[in-house]
Parts: sequence; structure tokens; C-alpha cells
Amino acid sequence: MNTLTVNGVRHTLDLDPSTPLLYALRNQLELNGAKFGCGLGQCGACTVLLDDQPVFGCLTPMAACEGRSVRTIEGLGNAEHPGPMQASFIKHQAAQCGYCIAGMVMRAQALLEQNPQPNQAQIRAHMEPNLCRCGTHMRIIAAISEVALSRQVKPRSKP
Amino acid sequence: MTETVDLRRRAMLGAGVLVVGFSLLPQRARAEFNAMGVPAVANKALAGSLKTNPMLDAWIKIAPDGKATVFTGKVELGTGVRTALLQIAAEQLDLSPAAITFITGDTGRTPNEGYTAGSHTIADSGTALLHAAAQVRALLVQGAAARLKVDAAKLVTRNGVVIAPDGRSMHYGEAVRGVDLHRTAQVKSPLKDASSYSVIGRSLPRVDIPAKLTGGASYVQDLRLPHMVHARVVRPPAYGARLLSADIAGVQRMPGVLKVLVDGNYLAVVARDEWQCILAMRALSAGAKWAGGPPLPDAANIHATLRALPAQDITVENKKGATVAAALTLKNRYTKQYVLHGSIGPSCAVAHLADGHLTVWTHTQGVYPLRAAIAEMLSMPLDAVRCIHTEGSGCYGQNGADDVAADAALIARAMPGLPVRVQLMRDQENQWEPYAPAISSELSASLDASGKICDWHYELWSGSHNERPGNAGKLIPAQLLAKPFTPSPSEPMPLPEGGGDRNAAPLYAFANSKVMNHFLPKTPLRTSAMRSLGAHLNLFAIEGMMDELAAAAHADPVAFRLRHMEDARARDVINRAARQFGWDQRKRRPDHGFGFAFGQYKNLMAYVALAVEIKVDRSTGAVHILRVTAAVDCGQGVSPDGIRNQVEGGILQSASWTLYERLQFGPEGIASVDWASYPIMRYSNVPAKVDVILIDRPGTPFLGVAEAAQGPMAGALGNALADATGKRLRDLPLAGAHLMS
Repeated sequence: MNTLTVNGVRHTLDLDPSTPLLYALRNQLELNGAKFGCGLGQCGACTVLLDDQPVFGCLTPMAACEGRSVRTIEGLGNAEHPGPMQASFIKHQAAQCGYCIAGMVMRAQALLEQNPQPNQAQIRAHMEPNLCRCGTHMRIIAAISEVALSRQVKPRSKP
Repeated sequence: MTETVDLRRRAMLGAGVLVVGFSLLPQRARAEFNAMGVPAVANKALAGSLKTNPMLDAWIKIAPDGKATVFTGKVELGTGVRTALLQIAAEQLDLSPAAITFITGDTGRTPNEGYTAGSHTIADSGTALLHAAAQVRALLVQGAAARLKVDAAKLVTRNGVVIAPDGRSMHYGEAVRGVDLHRTAQVKSPLKDASSYSVIGRSLPRVDIPAKLTGGASYVQDLRLPHMVHARVVRPPAYGARLLSADIAGVQRMPGVLKVLVDGNYLAVVARDEWQCILAMRALSAGAKWAGGPPLPDAANIHATLRALPAQDITVENKKGATVAAALTLKNRYTKQYVLHGSIGPSCAVAHLADGHLTVWTHTQGVYPLRAAIAEMLSMPLDAVRCIHTEGSGCYGQNGADDVAADAALIARAMPGLPVRVQLMRDQENQWEPYAPAISSELSASLDASGKICDWHYELWSGSHNERPGNAGKLIPAQLLAKPFTPSPSEPMPLPEGGGDRNAAPLYAFANSKVMNHFLPKTPLRTSAMRSLGAHLNLFAIEGMMDELAAAAHADPVAFRLRHMEDARARDVINRAARQFGWDQRKRRPDHGFGFAFGQYKNLMAYVALAVEIKVDRSTGAVHILRVTAAVDCGQGVSPDGIRNQVEGGILQSASWTLYERLQFGPEGIASVDWASYPIMRYSNVPAKVDVILIDRPGTPFLGVAEAAQGPMAGALGNALADATGKRLRDLPLAGAHLMS
């Protein structure tokens, strides 16, 4: 048995501890946000936050999540009440196919929680691990920049 | 110790059955090859896809309670067409977009519009909906007029209600009583005047985006049906490899495994849980022994290899005007490597066989052609198979979508009653997808003494840009079965849109111009459609040559283009892009380059002119795109922000193809199995600034735009690099260590 805390809710699951977090989130908890992209930590479609740090869900074993806190895009808000980062992406229409977008949002969220007012170069450097194939980068950068300017994402105190 | 099954004997038996078995297959579901998979034209005078689907109620249904359902045979591939098509229908129906139930590609419900491809959606389906909705609204008004006993001309419609001058009104559900929408569309439609549009031309936020930002079930990857099981396939290590043995019994004993499928060279495993399934797939793959297929050619000589293959020669253009003495002739060769579609999400499908009926949820670009191919593969009648489009990761052309739908169908047949979800792994998607073909071309052009182009001669060599199903044999799983299906012959895509020869004929006015396409029906790597097809390399070549000739004529590149351009709308985008960019004010700085390019997609669709400024870091060879300004005319714009999103995406995607992308392969097979062996553009290489200016043409036809920027961006980057470095590069991709000084 493993325990997994996701978006503040504690779950008890019966999974092999080597199971990647991504599959527990998608299949056992039925959360759609994190996506399978490469299984190699090369594209970032599966990016979620583990104790506030962005991690590749496809490479992070369940064993590494014990006693720690996982956050996914579902934890930031919903379609009726989106969180600031989600709202900004929607406002900027920062998606085409959108398959990479949940991962982008989570990586951006981690940045603003650590550095509420990053400059353009810092945003780009931080977002480097995540791939977008549709070419939506300009809008993603604009959406993150606007949230940074508005200081809507509050810095997290170190756990 | 592992148990192994010797499959050699079975494979040979299978091969022996092939000839006899194939001819005995039922003919009922054999698919017809058609370039775009569309049905026959019923009336060519009708608008858009009404030509092939003329019945009004195929597009619009009004329920007794007034609720409207609108249907399209096209599908959302991530370009925003679901929203744009909805806007068009809402405008002409006088309904709020939110009041419409909108159904996309589903063989059980929607018209057959073939493939969603080639930037055709708004022109085909949007035009059909524009007219069908206008005609339905007029019929509703007539219905209301009869019931209210008022002259139809005196009635107005607003938000789904027909209103009489005396204030009486009725909703569409009442108005439709006594009106039969099951009728053929008329040629002429009572369209609203474009100046009165309130939905078309507005940037309606995309209806699919909120769910994609909040973890909604947006994709086929997110589909969870009751009792659904997971499957994974094991593909051969290379084209033509034959399965010798596999540890079937061992894998069958693994936790959660429900079934291992073996059929010729086809291998798959089914498990209750997805991760258990992946572990079983890995074990199955590790234990499988294969006899290698024929070696692939050497990547370094690929263009020479392709040029030596049998070709079908097609004259694209042969314009003979007055012969003028050439003062100067330039002759160049251009090449493009195989390029990967590179969907971020590997292809996925869910299939369910129940009571003799198979349902397939798929992100295919063409539910009807896919249904025909799957029915043929399974020897099922067409009406026993239903394909429902469900979004996937962006595909940009034919990726693994159709193949994995065939996987799901084959596996679901073996698991009757249970929905089966299959997703390819990253390496499987990369190794087996049909790549954008490698292309080479030769261009010779001459200037006369006055500095005008007097002769133009272009020839290109390209494999197939259309290997869509087609027939069952176009599906990889069907090719791997013990009784394999054979792909129907590869055909060149017809002109004027073309395939490899798309945009091979310049839009510029030259007195003499000859353009030839050498279509290569059989090439060593599997290829098919990828956004813009041949236009990417053809416009790179044309626009590069225009710059070289401008330099030879001592003319400004923009002025030189205008000197040869008669099309007024083309001149408008060229002038507009140059003005907005500040082309005449550009200043020469070390390692900075400016590039300009133009293209009208297919010489039929959207006009795009764009200018770029780049900086080359001579210590690393890195190319920094400092700014891009594009001017776009796609006729009547439906959603300005949607168009800008597509053009921005086209610019960035083309920058990645043009600067960085090249499929790695060698005699032993495809080597670009992941993002490390196939790098694409990341944030550090994204342009600093992209501006897209739209020239709206209210009331004019919709011109497809989603693939219109790719060719011009390639041309502009080539020109900017030549400007920055003084050295003209003609082989894609352009970036690399050779840019270091």
C-alpha cells in the first residue's frame, strides 16, 4: 500500500512502488491534466509539482512521493473558477492542440511561486524543459508574463 | 528459462495463404482510393462541402424545443476550427454560439467531408455551413410566416426566435413545424450582408480551451469507459522485419496481463492496468526475435538515392512567352531532409466491439476513410463500424493516428465486450509514422538586361505526400498480419493543389516558366502529408532565388518582388508586411540579417508576406530570431485571434523545421526515436517578437490559412541567414556548427 497526497487529498493506493506517478494520477485518481508524452523526461507534458518543485511525472516513482505533496493542474482551479495562471492562459488563448499545456502551466506556476516577478529571460530559461509542437510559445510566455506583472501568484514559503 | 513459440513455420504458412486468402476476402468493404477521401460530387454549383453533401438536415437539425444541432464532417486538430465553424453557423442562424450543440466528424452522425487537411476546413465546411445555415434560417422564417400569417419579408430573427412586426414571436422549434429540412440545398443562399456580421469576424474565445487548461477530459487519451482495458503494441525493429519468436507464455503470466496477441509480425499485449501493460510490452519486446528487413539507404546520400528511383513526371507549369536574351542565369539546388510530425502526445485510440458492432474513438483526420479501411481490415460491413473523432495531440498531417486506430480495432476484436485503449510509445510513434518526404529541387532562372526575370525553370523530386487510408493496406497493423494487406498504389496529389509540387509554380509573373514534378511512387521510408507539403521547400527555393536575383539586379528584395507581382492582394500583403516591419528603415549591424518572403498557399488560399530579423551568434552558431512581422489575407476572417494563433504557430513551427529538423536514420533503421535524437525548437530559440497583421476582406470567400505561413517563413529565414553571414545556404536544416565563424 502506498499513500499519495494530491492537491491536498490523501489517497491510499495499492501499486508497485516503482510505478511512475503519472500512471497513478491518470488511472488510479482519474486526473487528466498530466499527459504521457515521451516517458523519458524530455518533453514535460507530464509536469506536476512535488513539494512545489516541477518534476516529470513519467519518471518519478510512487516510492519518491511517499509523505510528500503532489500538485496537478486540477489543484489550481476549475473551468468555472480558474486559478490566476489558468485564467491568464485562457485570456491569451495560449493553446492550440493543448496537449502540452497542463505541463506548461505547472512549470510556470512553480516559477512564480519561487520568483514572483521573473523577467522574460528567466521565464524562457525556466520553461526550457517543456516542448510545444504547435508553436504556441509566444502566447504562453505572454500569459506567464501577465501573471507575473499582476503578482497574483503568491510566493510559497519553503516547506 | 523462457518458453518460446517458434513462429517461423506459422509466418511461412501465413505467407502461403496470402495469395489465395487475399483474393477471397469479401469485397464489400474494400475502400476506394481518393486523395481526400470525399464522396462524389452531387452538384458542383453548390457552395463548399454542400457539393458532396447537399441535404440541409445533414448539417442542421432543429428540435421541437427549438434547440439547434449543427454537424460538420471536419474535426478539431487543435487549430480552433470547432469554434470558427460554430461561429459561422451561429451567425447565419441568428443563434448564440453557446445555444448550438455542435457535432464534429462521426460516421454515425455527420456528413462525410473526407479528411480535415490542407487548410480546407473553413473553405469547405465553413462555406457549407454558411450557406446551409442561411437557407435553414430562411425556411424557418417561411415556416413562421405561414403560421403567423405574416409576409415572410416582414419577419426578423434574433437569438433563435422569429419575430413579427406586431410583436408576436415563435422560437425555431415552433417555426420548423411543417418545414421539412430534409431537402437539397439551393445554389443561391439568402446570406446576411457581411457588414452586419456580429459573430463572424469577432474573436470568440475557443470553446475547447477552458477544459484543456483545467484537466477536463479533452482527448481520446483521457477517455475512460467502464471495464476499459489497456493495450500496447510491439512493432518490428525495422521495416520488413519478420517475427521469429516471442516469449508469449512468459508475458502471459505477468501481473495483470489478459492476453498476448500474435498474428504474423503483429504483436500486442492487453492488461487491466496501463503501467502493467507497459511492463508487459517491454518484456514482450525484449524477448522477441526478428529477422531484419532490407537495409535503409545511407542518410548522407539520400537525395542521390531518391533521384535514381523510377519517377512519374508531371508538368506543373509550362508558360512560353517572348524569348528575351538572358543577361545572367543562376542555377541552384535545394534539399530538405525527412521531417517528423513530432506530435507531443503519441497516437492513441479506444475501440469497443459489442454485439457485432465496432466503435472506434480516434483522432484520425478522416473518420469515413478510416472506417472503410478498418472495415476492410476486419472483413466487417461498413455499417458495423463507427469511427468517432475525439481530439488527440496535434498531428500536423498524417501521424500514427490511423495506425493506432487499426491497432485498437484489431485488439478489440480479440477482446469482445471490453473497450480497449491503446497508446503508442514515443519510439513507436517516431519509428513508424509516415514522415514528411525528403525533397530535392533544381532551379535555374535568368534576368534580362532590364533586371526582370525572363526565364524560370524548376524541377523537384519527391516521394508521396498522401499515404492516407486509402485502403486497409495503408495501415501499418494491417501490413503486419499473417495475411497482410497491401497498400494501394501511391498516387500524386492532383493539381492545382498538388503534393510535392504544392506551390512549385511561382505566383510571380514571368514570361517563360517551366515547372516539373518528378513524383517518386516508391521510396525507402514511409512518408505522407505534413503541413504545407512541398510548399515548405518550394517556397524556400523560390523566395531564396528571388533574393539572389534581386541582388544580381541591384534591386531591393521587396521592390524586386513587387516588380514581378501582378496579383493585387499579393502586392497588398507584401507592401503591408514591409511597411509594418520597417523594411526600408532596417540598419546593417554585424551578424544581423533581414529576410523577406511571400507565398499564397497553393496559389489559391491565404496570402502571407513576412519579414524577419535574426542575429547569428558566431561563437556558438546559434540563430536568434529577433522579430517577425507577417501580413496575412485569408479573405473573410472568421476569428481574428484564431487566425493569428495559427499564423504564429506556423511561423514558429516552420522556424523549427527550417533551422533544426532532420530525421536520423541509417541502414539499420530509424534512429530518431526520441526528442534527444530529434531535437525541435525549445524556448531558448523561440523568436523574441512575432507580429501578425490581418487584412480583412469582408464578404469574400474564406481562404485556408493554418498552413500558409510555413513556406514563407522558410524563405525569409534562408534570406535572413544569407544577409547575416554573406553565405547562401540551400540545404535544410539551416542551423548548425557551420554558422560558427
